[in-house]
Amino acid sequence: MTATVRTSSAAVPASEPDVYAAARKARRRRRNLIWVGRIVLPLIMIGGWQWFTTEGWVDKFFFGQPSGVWHSLVHLVQHGTAFGSIWLNLWVTIKEALYGFLLGTGAGVVVGLLLGQVRFLAEVVGPYIKVANSIPRIILGSIFIVAFGLGTFPKVLLAAVLVFFIVFFNAFQGVREVDQNLVANVKVLGASPLQVARHVTVPSALTWIIASLHTAFGFAIIGALVAEVLGAQHGIGLIISEAQGNFDPNTVFACMTIMAVFTLIAEFVITLLEKRVLAWRPPNRSETQVV
Amino acid sequence: MRTAQQAGAASIEIAGLTKRFLTPKGEPFTAVKDVSFTVEPGQFCAIVGPTGCGKSTTLAQVAGLDRPSAGTVKVGGRQVDGVTDGVSFMFQTDALFPWKTVLGNVTVGPTLRGMPKKIAIALARDWLRRVGLSGFEDRYPHQLSGGMRKRVGMAAALINEPKILLMDEPFGALDVQTKAIMQTELLALWEQLRPSVLFITHDLDEAVALADRVLIMTSSPGSIKSSFDIDLPRPRGEVQEIRHDARFIELQHQIWTTLKDEVERAYARTAGVAA
Repeated sequence: MTATVRTSSAAVPASEPDVYAAARKARRRRRNLIWVGRIVLPLIMIGGWQWFTTEGWVDKFFFGQPSGVWHSLVHLVQHGTAFGSIWLNLWVTIKEALYGFLLGTGAGVVVGLLLGQVRFLAEVVGPYIKVANSIPRIILGSIFIVAFGLGTFPKVLLAAVLVFFIVFFNAFQGVREVDQNLVANVKVLGASPLQVARHVTVPSALTWIIASLHTAFGFAIIGALVAEVLGAQHGIGLIISEAQGNFDPNTVFACMTIMAVFTLIAEFVITLLEKRVLAWRPPNRSETQVV
Repeated sequence: MRTAQQAGAASIEIAGLTKRFLTPKGEPFTAVKDVSFTVEPGQFCAIVGPTGCGKSTTLAQVAGLDRPSAGTVKVGGRQVDGVTDGVSFMFQTDALFPWKTVLGNVTVGPTLRGMPKKIAIALARDWLRRVGLSGFEDRYPHQLSGGMRKRVGMAAALINEPKILLMDEPFGALDVQTKAIMQTELLALWEQLRPSVLFITHDLDEAVALADRVLIMTSSPGSIKSSFDIDLPRPRGEVQEIRHDARFIELQHQIWTTLKDEVERAYARTAGVAA
């Protein structure tokens, strides 16, 4: 027994600092490997795309070409479009998406909290919300364009409708998930219904609501773009729609890239907000995704 | 000071309390039937019984969170309708606000009573010191251990200097060592404030060690089977020590013979359902 202990300790002469150094080295190696993978993956994807289209295995007339997308991007920035500069169009789309996002989130939060708290209302309205949720709402865009014209408003409305349901379901669920012991506790401490909402229900639902904002923002962009494709005077969606008419996939991809960059920035801002508001939260929590 | 607080303790009188629920299938279910007992002001009363015997239901009636189907509940001589004044509650799961810091959690009680924020915070700091959590004011509950969360809960429950303290298996989820420490601390704090306590537990040792009186409840429908006075002297000090006291063992054994039948009956019933 003692012999084994001695041999094993002799076999591993590592001192404490050595062990730490080895662990750090292993960690660094792993991180480097991840970054290599992250760089190689898009290189293969985009490089492969470029290669296949250059060789003619894939027709660049239909599927575009990375170099062509880059040229379109440069062209868009330098020469603008038939509907004004790219920045003007981008601003129009962003504005629509942002207004739609704010409107949809506001309405979703208010209705979600209300239905979550008033059981009677929830049971009356519940089935109809399920029905409304199963409608392909993106089609409403056509109606909005016909009803409200080619201006900003129908785009905002479509974005808001898409955002509303996501935020609403999360707010509703958030209220339902409130710890009943916590509610009982503040009630015993003498809280009025309003105080129960302020101290328990709203903060508890906030976790869910904020988690839903990531998905919701993506949908605000989709709503604005689709409504622009359906009919607009300005906006990225209009550029896409025109490029489609001209058989110009490169410009479509260029517009996609622009919107993706913007969405990434917005995502970053939402993550910052989430970290700030939900500092109390233990890490890891999922959201319900209703699409 | 002490006498004023003792005078602040309220009696609990329960007479003929019956509570029926509707099951999800729509059938009535009698959780508690014809329960009557009285807790004197400042008395520490434990209710022991098998699981599902309506202990928690009884507690909810006293707190005024729920209305009895029949019978009356009086606290301090006044019939309970609506949430009872001067009551604090402690649950098995810690009912802490995960989004508030430790200090924020303890401050909630006084601020809901309209105490100015500054005074409430000073008071909360004092209570956190009393439960041994100085220096943890800015932590969030999820950063604390189970025992520490219980202490926060205890401070939050006692800061309002309640006339009645209702405890629903408060230490049920703790490990044995932490449980013993928390029990000792609870006794020490209770002896300072002396509210009336209604303490629900399924742990007979806990009941005997802490309480002045132990009520045994039968199950389905729940009713009081018998009552035992615990004449162990106070202050009782360390809970672990009392367990070796000859009188403790005698009382524990005496109550257990009564309780055993009930537990076995309840077990046979659930086993029968499962089969």
